[in-house]
Amino acid sequence: MEASVLAEAAAMPWRRRASDRSLTREGRIWTLWSVGVVVTFGLPAGLLISIEPLAAPVSAIFLGHGLAVLHLQARRGARGVKPIGNATDDAERTALGLLGDLLSHEGRALLAETGLALERGMLGAWLVGREGAILVRAGGHRVHCFCVRVGEGADLPPADRVAHLLLALREDEEGFATVANRNFSGATWRLRHQLAKRARPALDRARA
Amino acid sequence: MSKLIRLDRTGHTELAKWTADDVASYEAAIEAFRRELDDGMLASATLNDGSAEVVRELPLDADLVVLRRPIAGG
Repeated sequence: MEASVLAEAAAMPWRRRASDRSLTREGRIWTLWSVGVVVTFGLPAGLLISIEPLAAPVSAIFLGHGLAVLHLQARRGARGVKPIGNATDDAERTALGLLGDLLSHEGRALLAETGLALERGMLGAWLVGREGAILVRAGGHRVHCFCVRVGEGADLPPADRVAHLLLALREDEEGFATVANRNFSGATWRLRHQLAKRARPALDRARA
Repeated sequence: MSKLIRLDRTGHTELAKWTADDVASYEAAIEAFRRELDDGMLASATLNDGSAEVVRELPLDADLVVLRRPIAGG
């Protein structure tokens, strides 16, 4: 990746620039938070059963509530990325053609199959959609999900929105991660469960 | 032949083409390029290794320069 600075990141001096180290730290914080949720809901549920086994259904509801919180977090990450669909008009076909030119042969095939553009960088492998991106970290066990979009892009064809994000990512990977808002970080399998079936092969490819 | 394109609602629009040995075409491309930057577009030159670089002056030797809108956190 080129060492140039993304203009959008330079315009946000109050935001700490993302880096490999900051992402690792944030990942740990997310893990601690997830453990906290499990303990907060799981410990009382376990205690309740140990005191009164007949209260098992109540414990199960309590524990289920905690698991639902974790489930919803991963779903928010999965839904933010928004894969593109098939081109239905001339503008979308034109945009898809340019996006295809920006990708490798493998990337084009993956885009057609999953609706997500794969870009490998220094921080990991990125999967870019219309309004977000997934970063699969080295090793493939952890993902970070980001909400990021074209500022005034409501009129743009979906493939053009992906091209915008892909170009910005190529210009400055850390800047891209700085501008984008994180909405989930956790184990890859948690996100995979929540991704649309069509998009799952992209996650598998990014992990490879 | 180098190309300057703008990502827009039509998919993209080709604004200019130029070659290193055709000064007139390059100057016309620079004019179009500056007009778009003044309108708030950002320019990205695609490099041979597949990466991209932010450019504020139109590079003479770039194959493709793409003008895009700013991105923002969602």
